[in-house]
Amino acid sequence: MNRRDFMQWAGLGAGAVMLPTIPVIGRSVSPEALLDNAIDIATKKRLADAALNAATAKGATYADIRIGRYLNQFVITREDKVQNLVNTESYGVGVRVIADGCWGFAAIADAKSEAQTAKAAEEAVAIAKANARLLKEPVQLAPVKGFGEVSWKAPITKNAFEVPVKEKVDLLLSVNDAAMKNGANYVNSVLFMVNEQKYFASTDGSYIDQDIHRIWPTFTVTTIDPKTGKFATRESLSSPMGMGYEYLQANPADSVKGITTRYNMGYDMLEDITSAAQQAKEKLNAKSVEAGKYDLVLDPSHLWLTIHESVGHPLELDRVLGYEANFAGTSFATLDKWQSKNFNYGSPEVNLFADKTQKGSLGAVGWDDEGVNTKRWDLVKDGTLVNYQAIRDQAHIIGEKESHGCCYADNWGSVQFQRMANVSLAPGKAPLSVEDMIKDVKKGIYIIGDGSFSIDQQRYNFQFGGQLFYEIKDGKIAGMLKDVSYQSNTQEFWNSCVKVCDERDYRLGGSFFDGKGQPSQSSAVSHGSSTARFNGVNVINTARKI
Amino acid sequence: MAILTREEAKKIIDKVLSYSKADEMSVALNGNRTGNIRYARNSVSTSGESTNQSLAVTAVFGKKSGTATINEFDDASLEKTVRRAEEIAKLAPENPEYVPMLGPQNYAETKSFAQSTADIDPEYRAKAAFESLDPCKKKNLTAAGYLEDSAGFTAIGNSKGLFGYNKATSVDFTITVRTADGLGSGYAIRDVNDVSKLSTKAATEVAMQKALASVSARALEPGKYTVILEPAAAVDLLGNMMRSMDARNADEGRSFLSKKGGETRLGEKLFDERVTIYSDPTNAEIPGSPFAGSGGGRFGGGGVDGRPQEKVTWIENGVVKNMTYSQFWAQKKGVKATPSPSGFIMVGGTESLADMIKNTEKGILVTRFWYIRAVDPQTLLYTGLTRDGTFYIENGKIKFPVKNFRFNESPVIMLNNLEAMGAPQRIGGNLVPPLKIRDFTFSSLSDAV
Repeated sequence: MNRRDFMQWAGLGAGAVMLPTIPVIGRSVSPEALLDNAIDIATKKRLADAALNAATAKGATYADIRIGRYLNQFVITREDKVQNLVNTESYGVGVRVIADGCWGFAAIADAKSEAQTAKAAEEAVAIAKANARLLKEPVQLAPVKGFGEVSWKAPITKNAFEVPVKEKVDLLLSVNDAAMKNGANYVNSVLFMVNEQKYFASTDGSYIDQDIHRIWPTFTVTTIDPKTGKFATRESLSSPMGMGYEYLQANPADSVKGITTRYNMGYDMLEDITSAAQQAKEKLNAKSVEAGKYDLVLDPSHLWLTIHESVGHPLELDRVLGYEANFAGTSFATLDKWQSKNFNYGSPEVNLFADKTQKGSLGAVGWDDEGVNTKRWDLVKDGTLVNYQAIRDQAHIIGEKESHGCCYADNWGSVQFQRMANVSLAPGKAPLSVEDMIKDVKKGIYIIGDGSFSIDQQRYNFQFGGQLFYEIKDGKIAGMLKDVSYQSNTQEFWNSCVKVCDERDYRLGGSFFDGKGQPSQSSAVSHGSSTARFNGVNVINTARKI
Repeated sequence: MAILTREEAKKIIDKVLSYSKADEMSVALNGNRTGNIRYARNSVSTSGESTNQSLAVTAVFGKKSGTATINEFDDASLEKTVRRAEEIAKLAPENPEYVPMLGPQNYAETKSFAQSTADIDPEYRAKAAFESLDPCKKKNLTAAGYLEDSAGFTAIGNSKGLFGYNKATSVDFTITVRTADGLGSGYAIRDVNDVSKLSTKAATEVAMQKALASVSARALEPGKYTVILEPAAAVDLLGNMMRSMDARNADEGRSFLSKKGGETRLGEKLFDERVTIYSDPTNAEIPGSPFAGSGGGRFGGGGVDGRPQEKVTWIENGVVKNMTYSQFWAQKKGVKATPSPSGFIMVGGTESLADMIKNTEKGILVTRFWYIRAVDPQTLLYTGLTRDGTFYIENGKIKFPVKNFRFNESPVIMLNNLEAMGAPQRIGGNLVPPLKIRDFTFSSLSDAV
């Protein structure tokens, strides 16, 4: 499921069709079934060995198997009603092999016997051999050592699946009630929880068991002015996180106070929706922006999406090489720019890094989906492009000796491929608060929350909206604006970055549904930053009459 | 799994229903096989095939419902699934918007299944990919493409005597061809039910021609232009509008179809009078599902929807004639519960794309749009970019390729600025004519190729 579909189904998208149904990802089960014990480790190892041995026997030079159990729970409400409660489980295995120099992949649902996993392995070898005829050059894998039998668990403190459904329903209904009491006409709220139980084994000698948790509480509040027929929405300032239910047990230290409260490792949904209802009303009467050049002060709840689109995607090596040309596109950040060692991706203030280890982030795992241990590495250093995101079969192309560890498949039945790591903007080194940053801005707009987003297929030209827009005049917030979108070009934009607030303001944003590949796969990824200032960005007015 | 016949599917569904102790029960039985082949950089990258089967049971007690799913069909497993759905239903919160299940329905016959597509095997896919790759390699062009085929069936039934069955096949093919220097890019997209109507070679030749013709694009100033949108470009904006025709949103005041004072624009002339859009599941060129809601039962939805898909006119001569209704909202409003269609048909003209170009003094030909996102739901304002073949037309001829533009435009405004329409073509399961539109708003330039 991609982001747009999810927003539509959950009734969250702007003008979404609020269908009371959600397509089931996996089979529907009872909430209790989500806590059942999965297959034990010894059985998984047996199933894995059967597949790896079968692949090797059929002539594979490399094989890996992923035994996956994927659990989802959605709680979906509007106003005083529970609209939908969905619990799903999906279990199966995917086997990937190299035979005759070519990749082959086969997957099988509900495989619980060695005969089944061996059969999947044999099918994968057959597919590899059939496609080898169409291959230009054989796959080259960067070496990775076997890690033996190891495990990794997301450092959560409260498993969301253990929290009774009633408690979740009560939370959302109380949140909705607060919105209505504060002037909302409509409110839709959702709690979405994911648990990936993944076992990976390969002919390199790794047997890796991992337990990954994600959570996303979110809402949309709508207010309507019956006199004008205009409506306005304000979406949640939460972020999807690689956390358990503890994300919803906010303490004030996890938030940043200011013109509106913004959140870090803990989210106070009740506080945010109360502000949201009031702000949605305020939006109806806000001043329509005058188009022109403004200095933008971008909050991390907004900037994550700009980082995602204009840095995360163009620095994916498969896009750079052309593997995504028919769908997501290619990249302006071509190999010659990287090879030159002097391509100014951004100003000297700009340090962007990739990371698969940050605690609480959506991308954090111990090992990626091809058994590579995860790490952090630089992409843009002091403004200069220094690296890409690459996996085992790409590392040699950029002269690297090892994979970056950012290979992922969204399900046991999907083939793993290069996916975006958490890509983040490093905080500024000099002490700087948001208030001090705003003090210096003469004509600017302070943007909080993510909104509409669009970027071209090589990641040059983009346009972003937001949730809250505040006019800055002579160092002071002068009131709310509406109808704001900004347009820029990636290199120009990052070179207009003049200041980044210090690490006290560093927070994560992220996406649950980053889409890529054919058939399309979803990946969850976080992007951290502190508030940053970009000078002289082109702002357009999006108001129209129909 | 094999594609079950109507009789085989009914037998399983009847057996499931015979185990029911619930107030109402619905069953959805699905089976399909999908396969794909993907290539890029003139070489195959991934390929796979998967088969899926599932049976979803929804049990309802009062206004509480629960769904359980299984993929084994022996008697014991079926009964266990019924009991599980019933247990989940009893524990579920009450849904105040629950609508009782429908009784028997009459479903149209749709011809959405083709044996040729059901017979596709890995050899066929490899050949289809070769026929696309080979001409590109010979011309020193780089191909990236994707073919996905699917064959399957859906059967639905419930304890009130409703039963429906449909089998369908589909093939989707997309191809992007780029020049070796990366300065030209072309694209083609095809979708069919019957694979014998697909030529990956012919589609690839269109993309090749566009790639070669789009090299050395010139920059034009952003602004308002007359455009000719090929069906692949027009379909996304039109589709977004068609997905925004929900009556409840309009009644609640949060849709482009809302008006001040709680009224809607139903019955209002909102578009140029030549604009007529309808849906028809029996249309021979885009046969659709005969019933709405083919998936399993869900909490809150009352299980299988099962409403028949019928011919519906959404916009006629520029006037909004119908909106989509959930069963709950239709009941509340006392109107017919018209479901969302599976595809739409925009009535067009008879001109070919070539004729439309010939009849254009100055304009821009758009192959497709990319990364379209909503900017303002009140006005249906969208943004996005042109991609893979954008050309300047002068005095009836394509003069030169132009750099890609970002647009900010609403399909409502666009359909008021209609100049001409060509002959409709199948695109993404819809029939859409090429559209000539004046004053289409391009707001900035992109360097992307």
